[in-house]
Amino acid sequence: MSNDPIHQFHINKWIPIDVGGVDLSFTNSSAFMVATVAVASAFLYFTSSNRGLIPTRLQSVSEMAYEFVASTLRDSAGSAGMKFFPFVFSLFMFVLVANMLGMFPYFFTVTSQIIVTFCLAILVIGTVLAYGFAKHGFKFLGVFVPSGVPKLLLLLVVPIEIISFLSRPISLSVRLFANMLAGHITLKVFAGFVASMSALGALGIGGSILPLAMTVALTGLEFLVAFLQAYVFTVLTCMYLNDAVHPGGH
Amino acid sequence: MANGKEPDKSGPVGDTPGAGRRLTSDELESRSRSLAAKLAARGVGLKPSSQDKGTETASGVAQAVKLSSEFIAGVLAGAGLGWLADRFLGTSPWGLIVLLLLGFCAGTLNILRSTGRVAENQGAELGKGSDTKKPE
Repeated sequence: MSNDPIHQFHINKWIPIDVGGVDLSFTNSSAFMVATVAVASAFLYFTSSNRGLIPTRLQSVSEMAYEFVASTLRDSAGSAGMKFFPFVFSLFMFVLVANMLGMFPYFFTVTSQIIVTFCLAILVIGTVLAYGFAKHGFKFLGVFVPSGVPKLLLLLVVPIEIISFLSRPISLSVRLFANMLAGHITLKVFAGFVASMSALGALGIGGSILPLAMTVALTGLEFLVAFLQAYVFTVLTCMYLNDAVHPGGH
Repeated sequence: MANGKEPDKSGPVGDTPGAGRRLTSDELESRSRSLAAKLAARGVGLKPSSQDKGTETASGVAQAVKLSSEFIAGVLAGAGLGWLADRFLGTSPWGLIVLLLLGFCAGTLNILRSTGRVAENQGAELGKGSDTKKPE
């Protein structure tokens, strides 16, 4: 069991709740989502509560996170997109903290479940669609019509553009999910090699240094991936929001 | 040229109509977008940031996950739409066949867009401006 690399993704019901045949149990996944929100909120609250002009170390960390998301959003969606800042910042902090919490041994990685990342992606695309149609109405459909294409080809190109648009939440969620899942499985497999090799005697214990070193290196890499995927998720969110804010590309 | 007799016109404002007035943030934004579009058209884009050898495999894996997710997402979206069309319009099996092929095209388009080979869709109303590149 301890060597099973998939075991870490099992969902266990902590408090079974059943409402009218719908399973609403409080699982370990729910617990870690709550923990993610709690850690992110507590960190931001306590680091910015007694704010000084000269920031302390932790205060500058939360300021950096703020500045980072703000500049990313402004770069891709312009100043008109800044009304989405609370949304994008919450998404970034949620994904980042969830990824980072997942790096603790024995912790559950929320973002390694595709349904979680898919819901986040649906939330993003839903916002894009709702805001785009509310703000621009019918003109928002222009996002599916490339400029400078002959009329006849539009029959083929517009469905492709629509499918390409609909594939965005899928690729957005699959990317985050696959990175976290693959990283954690790789880490677990190499860590498992250490245990099974050292069972082979003196030679095995000597040889197990290799997978151990690999595990250490992979852990560092996983921290990088955890941050990078939160960043990529944020950047793509900003780019999709840009379509909602400027559907004509102006 | 600034020769001391005439106002210097070679500076950042130049000879364009309305030069010298304050630019609004919208104008600045549209300028930076058109510059980005020109740079992208010349193939001067964001280079892959990690050049050192240690992270080569890691960025290769990231690239592989990125491109495959783009492609798979296109095919899946097409197949899902086709399945829905067949189910609710009773066009089986043509909806699935046609939309799966279109999904294949969309997946290819996604890949080409994310590698920057094809410009982003710029919309029908305005043909210039916003060419934003996807990040690595």
